[in-house]
Amino acid sequence: MSTQDNHDKNQGDKNQVETTGHVWDGDLQEYNNPLPRWWLWGFYATVVFALVYWLIYPAWPIGDSFTKGFATITYEVGGEERTTHWNTRALLARDMQTGEYAVRQREMLEQVAAQDYETILADADSMSFVNAYAQGSFGTWCAACHQVGGAGVIGQYPNLRNDHWKWGGTVDQIEQTIREGRMGFMPAFRDTLSSDQLNEVAAYVLSLNDYDVDSDMSDAGERIFTGMEGGCFQCHGEDGQGLASQGAPNLTNNIWGLIDVPGADSDSERLRLVANFVRDGIQREMPAFADRLSDEEIKMLTAYVHSLGGGQ
Amino acid sequence: MKHESVETNAGLLIILTLAVISVGGLVEIVPLFYIDDTIEEVDGVRPYTPLEQRGRDIFVREGCYTCHSQMVRPFRDEMLRYGHYSLAAESMYDHPFQWGSKRTGPDLARVGGKYSNEWHVQHLIDPRSLLPESIMPGYPWLATTPLDYSDIAARMRALKRVGVPYSITEEEYESNVEKFGEQHARMFDINNAEEMLIEQAQEENFDGDSSFISEMDALVAYLQVLGTMVDFSEYDDGHFAEFR
Repeated sequence: MSTQDNHDKNQGDKNQVETTGHVWDGDLQEYNNPLPRWWLWGFYATVVFALVYWLIYPAWPIGDSFTKGFATITYEVGGEERTTHWNTRALLARDMQTGEYAVRQREMLEQVAAQDYETILADADSMSFVNAYAQGSFGTWCAACHQVGGAGVIGQYPNLRNDHWKWGGTVDQIEQTIREGRMGFMPAFRDTLSSDQLNEVAAYVLSLNDYDVDSDMSDAGERIFTGMEGGCFQCHGEDGQGLASQGAPNLTNNIWGLIDVPGADSDSERLRLVANFVRDGIQREMPAFADRLSDEEIKMLTAYVHSLGGGQ
Repeated sequence: MKHESVETNAGLLIILTLAVISVGGLVEIVPLFYIDDTIEEVDGVRPYTPLEQRGRDIFVREGCYTCHSQMVRPFRDEMLRYGHYSLAAESMYDHPFQWGSKRTGPDLARVGGKYSNEWHVQHLIDPRSLLPESIMPGYPWLATTPLDYSDIAARMRALKRVGVPYSITEEEYESNVEKFGEQHARMFDINNAEEMLIEQAQEENFDGDSSFISEMDALVAYLQVLGTMVDFSEYDDGHFAEFR
């Protein structure tokens, strides 16, 4: 078809098609074409959809209430069935009780709740559920301090991924930590020990971790550590192995949560870090979660945390 | 009126267009004001104390709402993560409400009591010192800027005008004592607004620095009360479904 033909055809159409009758600027007119069929039927379909929707679901306000629709939702409250008109809150209540994933989750929760820790930790099925569920709980409740992966923040929040457990790494001790919280406290020694003595204690603590220090200093430090002058042994033990009941860490494993000793550049920097720490003391608190989390959640978090760092 | 006269008169066309469009909005919004169940009957919801209210102003000023919603929706996944879904009643004293719809950060409707004051202070000063993966900006000036509470009474009067039951007269005060208890009613008394703000800030010392009242005190006070007013253990699973 040639361009000329097209032009002629359009000219012909123009003469036949009805216009709206409006004329602007003398010759501007508007076609009044019928709507495409598919569009028109689509429009009628939406009207029908709306009418059906109004009948089924809550829709129109009437006075101080509204039309509730024919659809109902049945859910349980304290063993009793309750039926109400369709609404998202009832839908949620039902979903929490009978939804596919809620039911599956409850089955697993019951399975885990019925097992003791030893069984859970040995049961691959339970552990895969515990890992999936507790990772979410950990992200919500624990990660704000202990970080998403549980690695903590040096100087502030304990690393849960290593073998070092201030308050003990057995499942019972971990559960108690989560349930009741912990109050970690080491007094400041700035009034008790002179700066020389602080350096000597620091040297001794470093020697426990196989760092090269002046042996005279560390010997003097040992006397302070194990004697009444420093009294460090009362919490950290005669041999510096720590005491879980006091939250006193083992000082001999070269794991440092509150000061970055391995990251220090020089011997003197290491000595300064430890001495300043002893001088200032520290107080840290882990909040209690017994009132915020269910028993199942605490149990799963315990198993999860235990598995993070090779619990004891 | 002829079609042509509308189409050839821009001013009239604009007015009629606005009228037609507003029908959609009015039909959706107006009934909520006279349907009985819109705001649930629930115990515990109270207006903000002067300090919390100033904290809320700072929340709005700093644009926290552009990344944080305050609306736990009634879905299972949200219940598991955040806690009980939000009620309309819980934001009945919010003007304007902070529901939001943009969650770059987590929802804050139930953040109250979840973390310690110390955590909030440090997190607001330098979020990445606690959460390396966080993209939230720091707000270090909050801790060093004294809180301006000189106009707190005027702010409360403005809120009173839009329906928040702060009290001016003895009668209003007594009514608050009955509704919210004496301890809270004292806080809602506009005549003593400044003293009450100072009293709460000094007693609870949210930012850990008692030498002056900072904007941090106010913001943390506000964050720590979010979502904590209603004790949901008092209500069964279906209770709030009855209001919908």
